[in-house]
Amino acid sequence: MTPFSYERASDAGSAVARVTANPRAAFLGGGTNLVDHMRLGVAHPELLVDVTRLPFSRIESLSDGRIRIGAGVRNSDLAADRIIRGRYRVLSQALLAGASGQLRNLATTGGNLLQRTRCAYFQDVTTPCNKRNPGSGCSAVEGHNRDHAILGASEHCVAVHPSDMAVALAALDATVVVLGPQGERRIPVVDFHRLPEDAPERDTVLEHGELIVAVELPALPVAAHSVYYKVRDRASYAFALVSVAAALEVSNGRVRDVRIAFGGIAHKPWRALRAEASLRGAPATEESYGRAAEAELADAKPLKHNGFKIPLARNTLRMVLRHLTPGAQR
Amino acid sequence: MKASITLRVDGEQRSLRIDTRTTLLDALREHLGITSAKKGCDHGQCGACTVLLDGRRVTTCLSLAVACDGATVTTAQGLARGDELHPIQQAFLDHDALQCGYCTPGQICSAVGMLEEVKAGHPSFVTEGLTAPDELSDEEIRERMSGNLCRCGAYVNIVAAIREAIGKGATP
Repeated sequence: MTPFSYERASDAGSAVARVTANPRAAFLGGGTNLVDHMRLGVAHPELLVDVTRLPFSRIESLSDGRIRIGAGVRNSDLAADRIIRGRYRVLSQALLAGASGQLRNLATTGGNLLQRTRCAYFQDVTTPCNKRNPGSGCSAVEGHNRDHAILGASEHCVAVHPSDMAVALAALDATVVVLGPQGERRIPVVDFHRLPEDAPERDTVLEHGELIVAVELPALPVAAHSVYYKVRDRASYAFALVSVAAALEVSNGRVRDVRIAFGGIAHKPWRALRAEASLRGAPATEESYGRAAEAELADAKPLKHNGFKIPLARNTLRMVLRHLTPGAQR
Repeated sequence: MKASITLRVDGEQRSLRIDTRTTLLDALREHLGITSAKKGCDHGQCGACTVLLDGRRVTTCLSLAVACDGATVTTAQGLARGDELHPIQQAFLDHDALQCGYCTPGQICSAVGMLEEVKAGHPSFVTEGLTAPDELSDEEIRERMSGNLCRCGAYVNIVAAIREAIGKGATP
């Protein structure tokens, strides 16, 4: 590990100023991804600014019905929060589907959004990787790519985003609140993560020095009737091959409101707007669900080893929608 | 780069001067001689290094010691009261819940922390309705303990040990 200086931030403004001033500085949250990257040689900051003791560890109900989640709230505390469990079930479930009890006690809301791909080539500094070393090439395009993207990839990068939480937040139309040198700005979660295009080294639209201070959830009645379903190689403590975050409201046999996002299939949480558009107002039937899944996955492009993800994503979405349909048997 | 920190470890106040790169795991093992926290994968994937940090179970291989300044740490060797083993420790012995024993201190700390989470009403991914479970099924125990791998495959007896410890009044 490269030597680094460590500072504990006394307030958010000075933390932003410190990191902004030094291109090789980084914020330290729970550290569960960053410290691993420092050990692997993927990241080598020369200054860490610890933001875990800043006053961002509260979950607040705002007067207009929104929920404001401090960026420092630990994943375990967010998952267990009574309001989140009751009104945003999909978020609680997504958090509980991620990592392990020990890691959820460390990992923060802001850090979870900023975790990086688990692509084996990205984490192996002996192999070419455009995300780790821009311009060096992508080892996964022609390599082992079973875990990789089927939507939104580019010739430069086929990695997938690893977060479960972010998939639920994308379905819920959450907003990321960011503090930068010029003050606060608000970024919809669906616009927060990027597709790789020709700059896969940039996971998100954050500028260097910008600090996530909170995530806000809109008041969203449909979210009470939601679920997170994760398909993985073992029953627990594994990253998603495919996951689906969905919320569904059916009225008089027709879809009144619906929110869908996929995990494990793209460089960012994949909000399924085409599937949603196809479902809104349609009969809440198996046929509609199949059509919606087809619409969303029409542009899917398999790599050599991950073609199974296309039917897996289609069938997982259909199953989840069926599960959320009133009167459905589990 | 060096830093000075203090930790309360297994009931004792300890001061140490460390390189900022030192993880909490290495601080415990290499600086304080507390070897019950084990180094397995060193990447947060196996759980062998689990301790209770301010009462919550965490992996120590991904925590920088400098960031833990002032914290209270309980390792497996600090769980016993004198000669009296913690109920989870005793249950692991009674059920032969190990083979080589390398993952055991982490398993035990994780189980203790896990039962505190249950007591606080935390659901797990398999908890129906996301309400606090009244009792822990084997499925619940397995899901909640999935962060601790056992390469010997002693899982059957680990689940049995935890189930019995709960039955004998270990929280919950």
